[in-house]
Amino acid sequence: MTSRRIRIDVPALTRVEGEGSLRLEVRQDQLIELGLSIFEPPRYFEKFLEGREAEEVVDIVARICGICPVAYQISALNALESMSRQMASPWVRSMRRAFYCGEWLQSHALHIHLLALPDFLGFENAIAMAERHPNMVKRGLKLQGLGNALVRLFGGRSVHPVGARLGGFHHAPAPDEVTALADRLKAAQQDAGDLTRFCASLPLPDDPQTFICVALHHPDRYAIESGEIRTSTGLNLSANQFEQHFHETHKPDSTALWSDLDGQPYLTGPLARLNINHPQLPDFLLTRLGEIGLELPSCNMFHSLIARALEIELVLHEAIQLLNDYTYPKSPYTALPLEPGIGYGMSEAPRGLLWHRYELDEKGLIRAARIVPPTSQNQARIEADLHHSLTTMGLDNGEDVLKLRAEQVIRNYDPCISCSTHFLTLKKVET
Amino acid sequence: MTRPRVAVHKFSSCDGCQLAFLNLGETLLQLNEQVDILHFLEAGMNDASADVDIAFVEGSLSTPDELTRIRQVRANSRYLVSIGACATSGGLQALRNLDGNHDEWRDAIYARPEFIRTLKEVRPIAAEVRVDLELWGCPVSSTQILAAIRALLFGVAPVDDRDRVCLECKRQQAVCVMVTQGIPCMGPVTRTGCGALCPRFGRDCYGCYSPSETAQTATLARRFSGLGLLPDAIARRFWLINSQAPPFLQTGRVFHRSAASDPDD
Repeated sequence: MTSRRIRIDVPALTRVEGEGSLRLEVRQDQLIELGLSIFEPPRYFEKFLEGREAEEVVDIVARICGICPVAYQISALNALESMSRQMASPWVRSMRRAFYCGEWLQSHALHIHLLALPDFLGFENAIAMAERHPNMVKRGLKLQGLGNALVRLFGGRSVHPVGARLGGFHHAPAPDEVTALADRLKAAQQDAGDLTRFCASLPLPDDPQTFICVALHHPDRYAIESGEIRTSTGLNLSANQFEQHFHETHKPDSTALWSDLDGQPYLTGPLARLNINHPQLPDFLLTRLGEIGLELPSCNMFHSLIARALEIELVLHEAIQLLNDYTYPKSPYTALPLEPGIGYGMSEAPRGLLWHRYELDEKGLIRAARIVPPTSQNQARIEADLHHSLTTMGLDNGEDVLKLRAEQVIRNYDPCISCSTHFLTLKKVET
Repeated sequence: MTRPRVAVHKFSSCDGCQLAFLNLGETLLQLNEQVDILHFLEAGMNDASADVDIAFVEGSLSTPDELTRIRQVRANSRYLVSIGACATSGGLQALRNLDGNHDEWRDAIYARPEFIRTLKEVRPIAAEVRVDLELWGCPVSSTQILAAIRALLFGVAPVDDRDRVCLECKRQQAVCVMVTQGIPCMGPVTRTGCGALCPRFGRDCYGCYSPSETAQTATLARRFSGLGLLPDAIARRFWLINSQAPPFLQTGRVFHRSAASDPDD
């Protein structure tokens, strides 16, 4: 056997949100070193939230992530509003779900078409892919645009929307705007179904792995904007129990922290959600599962692509229902007085569980904040997956083949590196 | 004729301003027929050192590496356009400059602070290199981006609209939230460009498009005081997304100090 040594350096990963790099070293067909580095500079959101009023939090945390600002706003509102004796109105709760559906739709459509599909169809990027597959790319951009339109309906703009507030929304959309958008969403359902079939028809690698799934679960509906944690290991946890089981550590080569569930890596995101909550899918999607032959739970990470497509169909369906039932409210919010203390809240960002904790003082100012974003939760899982996938595929493969597979594996998690980096509080060790 | 060459670079940011490109829909494909996008990591183009006609830069400078990178981008680009609040004023994360306690924050968050290499202060792009055009906003809109590309390609000076949100509000016939509801709105001192989004939604503008021309921040702060805001709360109005823009920095400082000397504790 000849001695072979390759070193693969991907100094800047493309088609992910934010910036990270990958380092691999193979010596005599053994994986000697593997490191996913996140080197986004920290922005210290948790620190400058301190001393801010509770009302200001939604506009600040939106800026953690340009791709999933709604997720940050809703997790923060869930945490802060838990410190009130009253609840937001049923109208507000429904409309927050509709608002959030818009974010899933735009984020998933962007991920599938602009970030993931070029890998599977053999293009460097979606723009090059559009020259050969114009209709497919246009279909994706249209779905993404509809998601943005839904976020705009409630938020005024799709990036850092301005509509959400404590107790509800600043503004209720006019009924004719709602009806017009509902009609456009209905017209896109056929496209969304075609997208799922298309994703399922791709020759995705078949590489089963064992991993723990973590997702929110809600007794009445597929969890998006609210729910309790459920794990494939059988745990059921509320937001205030999160810290008893999930821990973060800091590794030298990253500015993002790593999370574990009682010492184990775990998966959060579309496939974890689908694995845990698939019995709650509407009937037409249960039929779709049969049609495309997807058996759940799935332990093939490449099914994340199909999971996103199915969730696009789901949120279109959900948003149409919610908008069909739309009534113009007397007031788009309820004033919710908050009491001092600690509030915990979470929701399912497009790429997974997003947990917040705020401590509020007697003056209504934030005393401490802690935010755990999905990508830092997935980091340990991504590394475990890379180890497994590359070894299974065969380390004797060429450098380009290994590099492409490694990038595909990483993109399956739709990592949002910008938002994974910027919070993360560890207890300060006093010496 | 070769098409103009474009690059999109990211520094410390949330990725939101790059979405002004990625959210263009089919226009993104049309844009690609008119320009050659050589570097844009999130979209899959990776040629950071390419010579380009226009470089769009998102994000602020917060590490020594970023200083090196921005000098290279400047050297490779005919026009350098900073997009968004982070690139033009430092953005929300520049709030850490105000306290001057970066090291303490870093040590509180990271168990191994020796591996975190950051600058003590977050800086806008223009603090390090010459910037040809600044597009303000948190986030910038697709319209701003397309208008800038058009103007630069035609070789005309892009329109720099520094009007107030207030004037846009009147044009849109939105009801003034400050006059009718006593809400402390930043519209009178904030640059237009958003379409008066917040007042049209019945809420206060919070200054995400940066100071307007001749921003009367001291006058507005006195008005806020008349509405019942305490000095600390007034300082927070000015010290948010564009805390480092001089008029906001200055007025915030006046009220922050006066809050600190308040004997109410």
